[in-house]
Amino acid sequence: MSQVPTELRDEIPSFEEGPEARDRGPIDWTGLTSISTAKSALEIGAIVAVAGAVFFGAEAILRLTDTPTYVFPKPTAVVQTLVGDFGSLYAPHLWVTMQEFLLGLAIGSTIGLVLAAIITQKPFVEKVVAPYIIAMVTTPMIALVPFLRLKLGFGLSPIVFAVALASGPMVLINAATGFRRTDLAKIALARSYGASTFQIFRRIRFPLALPMIIVGYMVGSIFGLLTAVGGEMVAASEKGGLGQRLVFFSSLVQMDNFGAVILIVAALGVGIYVLFYFIGKRWASWEA
Amino acid sequence: MVLDPRAQAAGAGAEASATAPAAVKIRTVDATKVYETKSGPVSALESFSVDIHDGEFVCVLGPSGCGKTTLLWAMSGLHALTRGQVLLDGEPITGPRPQEIGMIFQEANLLPWRNLRQNIEFPFEIKRGKPDRARIAGLVEATGLGGFEGAMPRELSGGMQQRASIVRALAQDPALLLMDEPFGALDAFTRDEMNLLLLQLWSETRKTVVFVTHNIAEAIFLADRVVVMTPRPGRLARVYKIDLPRPRTIEMTFEPDFIAQIQEIKRAVEAGGPHALEVE
Repeated sequence: MSQVPTELRDEIPSFEEGPEARDRGPIDWTGLTSISTAKSALEIGAIVAVAGAVFFGAEAILRLTDTPTYVFPKPTAVVQTLVGDFGSLYAPHLWVTMQEFLLGLAIGSTIGLVLAAIITQKPFVEKVVAPYIIAMVTTPMIALVPFLRLKLGFGLSPIVFAVALASGPMVLINAATGFRRTDLAKIALARSYGASTFQIFRRIRFPLALPMIIVGYMVGSIFGLLTAVGGEMVAASEKGGLGQRLVFFSSLVQMDNFGAVILIVAALGVGIYVLFYFIGKRWASWEA
Repeated sequence: MVLDPRAQAAGAGAEASATAPAAVKIRTVDATKVYETKSGPVSALESFSVDIHDGEFVCVLGPSGCGKTTLLWAMSGLHALTRGQVLLDGEPITGPRPQEIGMIFQEANLLPWRNLRQNIEFPFEIKRGKPDRARIAGLVEATGLGGFEGAMPRELSGGMQQRASIVRALAQDPALLLMDEPFGALDAFTRDEMNLLLLQLWSETRKTVVFVTHNIAEAIFLADRVVVMTPRPGRLARVYKIDLPRPRTIEMTFEPDFIAQIQEIKRAVEAGGPHALEVE
């Protein structure tokens, strides 16, 4: 075949996007990653300066007003115990919470994802189960933890169960939205090449749903973490956990330690967000 | 260019011997499609019979909503007909025929999560075959897509996306190419380029092409024969034989004969309804 004359070729659009055009996700949280992406020293300087001002500003106010620790802990004291006592006071409980969270999320999200793929194939089934799904999404599963303690004992399993109940429906409802997207032209394309139902699912429906599935996992993870920590707070277990530590330290008015646990929980939440933001960028960037 | 009323045919095979000695590639017999909708049955296609010969370029022309796409989807085996049948090489079509038929859709219909190469290789994955890399490379070069194999669809212009979809279909080496208003979303300049490219590829590969469009000039420019459909329900109104010499150039579209033919066909389409069925 001969070459098409160059004058027939289209203009090639620029592949470079300006910094303003870059996708910043559903929430513009560039402040968290802008250290690595900031273009100018001014931006980096401003970010560090504001962080420093908040940290040392709070420290200065608390010192100047002579605020006792039981009213509000000093940032330096919180960081000191967080770093100094991490292995002894916090790491074992972080591990407990992480086990509950990861196990619960794995179980809940898998069931949610599979159910979403199944129910969206049958509109009738979807109509029948929809009220239960909405009820499960809107009911705070923390409320079930005291009941689950009675049924499942004082180990990790009640919290794992609650995390699964909290995260599963979130994954389900978002993934179902994704699977409900039926791009008939793309399905027809696959069928015109003889694709089976499974091939259409794997090559068209699943990739089409993937951005919503990732959103479901992000929301489900955050709900799962809330439920894990909250569950530990409302119904103490012999294993401990970050939530149980929050209750423990506040009851002893050890606010430095309390602040350290809060920082760990906050870091987990932010970590989940960052993780899924990058997963979304890697696997769902086509839907910018 | 002469408008030849003797070339018209409302019935299947009526002009088969007169126009082309080639065998009939695809034939629709009494093709009728009725959609069941909430507000009752809607007839999209009615008693549509046409013969398309091996190696022929036929444009199906009609106003929006006249059942052109329904006809094409029935030909591809993606839709079942309510009545009548489609014969490919004399065999009735009952489902998709991935070995013989390549389908090109409105807009490019690329998968946005795959880059150009992965899109072009998509049919091979479905068929669980090894991609014909040499053939793909030749087509990619011929369509001016060389160097863009790694680009994502959203990074490409509409014209380039549609080229990729043509490469995707031609890489399968189908004997019959069904094209459903493929250039409808493109601007006039890009459309001209795409039409020239399509004719060039067609002259090199000699596929049978059924090309659906609502653009009269495009239909005349591309086709050996233009099949005009009536507004809904789509019936065969007239068949125009196009005597424009090949290879065709954009300059031909400015000739008085070409413009006269556009007007002629435009009147036929606008007359529509049962009147358009009256063939002298």
